[in-house]
Amino acid sequence: MTQKLVVVGNGMAGMRTIEELLKITPDLYDITVFGDEPYGNYNRILLSPVLAGEKTIDDIMLNTEEWYAENNITLRKGVKVTEIRRDRRVVIAEDGSETPYDRLLIATGSRPFILPIEGVGLQGVLTFRDIHDVNQMLAAAKTGKKAVVIGGGLLGLEAANGLAKNGMDVTVVHLMDTLMERQLDAAAGAMLKASLEQRDLKFLMEAKTKAIVGRDKVEAVELEDGRKIPADLVVMAVGIKPNIELAQKAGLYCERGIVVDDTMLTYDGRIYAVGECVQHRGVAYGLVAPLFEQAKVCANHLARKATAAYKGSVTSTKLKVTGIDLFSAGDFAGGEGVEEIVLKDPYGGVYKKLCIKDNKIRGAVLYGDTMDGPWYFQLMREGTDISEIRDHLLFGQAHLGDSGHGGQESGVALLSDDAEICGCNGVCKGEIVDAIVEKKLFTLDDVRAHTKASSSCGSCTGLVEQLLATTLGGDYSETPKEKPICACTDLSHDAVREVINTQEIKTIPELMAFLEWKTPNGCATCRPALNYYLLCRWPEDYEDDSQSRFINERAHGNIQKDGTYSVVPRMWGGVTTPDELRAIADVAEKYKVREVKVTGGQRIDLFGVEKEDLPEIWRDLSKAGFVSGHAYGKALRTVKTCVGSQWCRFGTQDSTGLGIKLEQMTWGSWMPHKFKMAVSGCPRNCAEATIKDFGVVCVESGYELHIGGNGGIKVRVTDLLTKVETEEEVLEYTAAFIQLYREEAHYLERTAPWVERVGLAYVKKKILDDPENRKALRDRFLKSQRRAQIDPWKENATSPQRQAQFKPLRDLTRQQDLEGANA
Amino acid sequence: MSNHAPGENWVSVGKLEDIPPLGARIVRREGGNIAIFRAEGDRIYALENRCPHKGGPLSEGIVHGCRVTCPLHNWVIDLDSGEAVGPDEGVVKRYDVKLIDGEIYLHDAALKAQEAA
Ligand code: SRM
Ligand SMILES: Cc1cc2nc3c(=O)[nH]c(=O)nc-3n(C[C@H](O)[C@H](O)[C@H](O)COP(=O)(O)OP(=O)(O)OC[C@H]3O[C@@H](n4cnc5c(N)ncnc54)[C@H](O)[C@@H]3O)c2cc1C
Ligand code: SF4
Ligand code: FES
Repeated sequence: MTQKLVVVGNGMAGMRTIEELLKITPDLYDITVFGDEPYGNYNRILLSPVLAGEKTIDDIMLNTEEWYAENNITLRKGVKVTEIRRDRRVVIAEDGSETPYDRLLIATGSRPFILPIEGVGLQGVLTFRDIHDVNQMLAAAKTGKKAVVIGGGLLGLEAANGLAKNGMDVTVVHLMDTLMERQLDAAAGAMLKASLEQRDLKFLMEAKTKAIVGRDKVEAVELEDGRKIPADLVVMAVGIKPNIELAQKAGLYCERGIVVDDTMLTYDGRIYAVGECVQHRGVAYGLVAPLFEQAKVCANHLARKATAAYKGSVTSTKLKVTGIDLFSAGDFAGGEGVEEIVLKDPYGGVYKKLCIKDNKIRGAVLYGDTMDGPWYFQLMREGTDISEIRDHLLFGQAHLGDSGHGGQESGVALLSDDAEICGCNGVCKGEIVDAIVEKKLFTLDDVRAHTKASSSCGSCTGLVEQLLATTLGGDYSETPKEKPICACTDLSHDAVREVINTQEIKTIPELMAFLEWKTPNGCATCRPALNYYLLCRWPEDYEDDSQSRFINERAHGNIQKDGTYSVVPRMWGGVTTPDELRAIADVAEKYKVREVKVTGGQRIDLFGVEKEDLPEIWRDLSKAGFVSGHAYGKALRTVKTCVGSQWCRFGTQDSTGLGIKLEQMTWGSWMPHKFKMAVSGCPRNCAEATIKDFGVVCVESGYELHIGGNGGIKVRVTDLLTKVETEEEVLEYTAAFIQLYREEAHYLERTAPWVERVGLAYVKKKILDDPENRKALRDRFLKSQRRAQIDPWKENATSPQRQAQFKPLRDLTRQQDLEGANA
Repeated sequence: MSNHAPGENWVSVGKLEDIPPLGARIVRREGGNIAIFRAEGDRIYALENRCPHKGGPLSEGIVHGCRVTCPLHNWVIDLDSGEAVGPDEGVVKRYDVKLIDGEIYLHDAALKAQEAA
C-alpha cells in the first residue's frame, strides 16, 4: 500500500521539498498538503515587486492548482491544521477533519514579530508576509496618505519603497543608527539611506516606538521621546519568528525553532520539518536559498535514499528595490586579523568592501555595483585562496578575459535583451530572462536545460549566474560547492575517486553497484568519467569500456556536424618529411578526402571521411609509419615546437628535438581532459609555450618549466614551476606533472582550472619539494604508458572484429543484401 | 521474446551479438539509415538515425538505460517513445523490431515506408 505523506504548510520550503521528492520518486506517497492561505503555492519573496506594482499575483504563482491535480496531490487550501496527534498519527484541521499520516512534513514558515506595545490591534496596522497583507496595503494606499513603516531592515525597506510607489508619504522608523545593520556596514547603510531619501522616503533613526495611537483606526505612531508621527497605515516589519506553535503543542522538541538533525528529521522519527520554522545546528534561516538546500536533503530522506545531509548554509542578501543595487554576504564586522579592502566613490554611488582573513574572503558588502557579488560569494563559500588575485579583486571578475563575449563587461544588468550571452548556442539575454521568469527556473542547471545557455563551453556561466541573481534576487540558489558528478549520484568526483583508490573495483557496473548509483548504467556524463578513473587507477589490467566513451574516442576521430570524421596523424613535434607528406597526399586522394587543412597544432587534418572508410585510411597511414594524433581524445594532443638552436640565430637549445622526445614519451596517454605541450627555443617563445598545459622555454642555462596554461575559452598564462638544467630532468618533471594531473584532477577539468583549484604551492610541494614523490609519479606514468602506447589506429585496422564496428550492421541499399533479406 | 519464427513481414538485419551491449549499429537504407540500439537488459530498439535537433547520428551516442545521448549537442532521446527528454522537444521515428533466438528482425514497414516516400 502507498504510504501517506501529509504536509502542513503550502509555502516555499514545503512545496520545494515535494517537487524534489516527485523528481526522485513520483509514486512512493499519497500526498496531502494543508495550507491556510487560499491559494496554490507562490513565490513569497516576489511580494515586494507586487507591492511596488512591478509584478502581478499571477506572475508569482509557482504551482497552480492544476499542478497539484496533475501530480495527484490533494491540496487542502484555506484549511489550517490545529493539532497533530502523534499517538494516533493524524492531523486535525480547523474544519474538524482528521487526516492520517505515515510521514509528516511540517513547513509552517514564520510569523511576523509584533512589538509588545499598545495599539497593535488597531485597524490599519499590518504586517508584510503574505498576499493578504499586500492586498490590504494596496487598498489602504488608495484611501490613506501617510504610512509609517516600523523597521529599517530588508522587509521594511521593501515595504516602504512599495508604498511610496503607490503614492504614499512614507516614514521609516528604525531603532538602530544604520539601515539593514545586519547586512550593511555604516558606510553602505548611509549611501542606501541617501538614495532612498532621494526617492522621498523619510527616516527616523535611533527611534524607538512606544505605542500606536488611534480610536479604532490607527492615527499616529508615538515614539519614546514623545514625538508623534501621523499615520493612516502602519506596517510592522521588525523581524520574524519561527512558527512553531503547532509543533510545540504536539510536544515536539523546539527551541527557537523546531529542532531538526542533518536529515531534517525532528525528534519524532516520522516527522520532518523544513523552512523558516526549523532550527538546524542552532540556526533558523530567513532566506530561501538555505531552505531549498534543506528541501533537497529532506526529499532525499523521504524518498528513503538516505544519502544526503544538510550541513548548514552561508547566505547572501540582495535588496529588491528597483534601481538600488546592494549585495551583502558573510561577516564584515572586522575583528582580529581581518583586513579590509575598500573602494569608495560617493559621487559615483559605488561602495565595495571585502573582508579578508587568512587570504580568504570572509564577507562582502557591495553598494551601487553588485555585478561581482555572486563571484565574491562563490570565492567566499569555496574558501578560495585569493592571494594571487588580490591586487585586482575589487575590480571584479570581468578582468579574467573570457573569449566569446567581449565588450560585455559593463554589467549584465545593463545589457539589452538581444545581447548574446551564450556564444556557443546563440542564446540572448532576453531569452534567458524570459525562461527564468516564465518557467520558474531557480538554478544554473535549470537554465542550462531549458535554454542551453552555458551548457556548452561554459565560459558564460558567470553571466548566466548573474542573470539568475538579478532576475530572482535572493531567491537564487547557487550551485553547491561539492557538486555531484551528475544526477545519477550524490557523490562528487573526489568522493568517487577516493573509493576507486581504496577498493579493488575494476569494472563500471561493480563500481556503480558499490556506490549505489541511482540509474542502471549511468549517463553520458558519469560513464566516461568512471571509465577514465578506473583506467587511470588500473593501468595494467582495466578493460577499457568503449561504450562509455564519447564517439570521438570510440571512433578515434572527430565527429563532424554531418556525421563524417576527421583524421589527424601524429607529426612528431610538428616536423615532417617529403615522404610523409606524399603518403598523406596519397591517402587524401585515394579516399577522396574533402578538405586538407593545417591545424593550429602543427599538423595536417583530413576532413569529411566516412566512418566506414576509417579503418582503411588508418591501415594506409600505418604502413607509411603514422600513428594516431589523438586529436579527438581527452589525451595528449600536440607538442608544438619552434626551430630552436638547430637553425634559429637566437635558439639556445634544441627545442625541436626536445619536443619530439616529449611527444614520444607522452603520446597515447589518457587524461582527465586534453593536454597540450610546447617547447620554445628562447624566451621569444615562438611555440607559445606559456599558454600550454605544460610548456618549456629554453634559456642559455637550461629549461624553464611552465604549467597550467590555456589558450582556449579562458586564456590563462602558465605558472612557472621551476627551472632545470638537463633534458633528462625536463622529461622527469613532465612525466611527474602529467601523472599528478591524471591522478587528481576531475574528469573534464583542464590543467588551468585544476592548478587554480589546488594551488601552485600544492603542485610544487608534490613535485619540487619531494623528489621521491616526483620519481614515483614519473614511474607510475611510464608504467601506464606501456599499455597506452599501442596505436589505436593500427589496432582497429588489423582486428576484423573491431573493423566490423565501423560498418553498417546491414546494408539494404546493396542489391544482394536486400534480396537476402527478403528471402 | 518467443521462439517462434518471425513471420512474413520481418526482415533479418543481424545478430544481437553483433551489437555491443549499450551500443548501436546502423542498417543502411535508401534515404536515411536506421539505428538499431542494444539498450539496458538487451532490449532492442530501431529508430531513424537522425536527431530531431540538427540531424546528429544517434547511433554514435552513449546509450544509458533506455536512452541515448546525441553525440553532437547532448540531447537525450528516449528509445521507447522516440521523444526527446524534456525540456528539449522533438521526436524520432521508431520502427518495429524484434529479437528471436539472438536474431534481430526489422518490420518491413521500415523499408516500405521509405520506398513510398
Ligand atoms: C582542428 C583544430 C582547429 C584547426 O583547424 O586548427 C581544432 C578543432 C576543434 N577543437 Fe580546438 N582545435 C584545434 C586547436 C585548438 C587550439 C590551438 C592549439 O592547440 O594550439 C586551441 C587553444 C589552445 C588550448 O587548448 O589551450 C583549441 C581550443 C579548443 C577548446 C577550448 C579548450 C579550453 O580548455 O578552453 C575546445 C573545447 C573543448 O575542448 O572542450 C576545442 C574543441 C575543438 C573541437 C574538437 C570541437 C569538438 O568538440 O568537436 C574541434 C573539432 C573540429 C572538427 O570538426 O574536427 N578546441 N583548439 C585544431 C586541432 C589541433 C591539433 O592538431 O590537434
Ligand atoms: C515580502 C518578503 C520578501 C522577501 N524577500 C526575500 C528575498 O529577497 N530573498 C530571500 O531569500 N527571502 C526573502 N523572503 C523570505 C522568504 O520568503 C522565506 O524565507 C520563505 O518564504 C520561507 O519559506 P517557508 O516555506 O519556510 O515559509 P512560507 O513560505 O511562509 O510558508 C509557510 C506556509 O505555511 C502556512 N501555514 C502555517 N501554519 C499553518 C497551519 N497550521 N496549517 C496550514 N498552513 C499553515 C502558511 O500560511 C504559509 O503559507 C521574503 C519574505 C517576504 C515576506
Ligand atoms: S574548430 Fe574550434 S574554434 Fe573553430 S568552430 Fe570548432 S570548436 Fe569553435
Ligand atoms: S543534433 Fe542531436 S543534439 Fe544537436
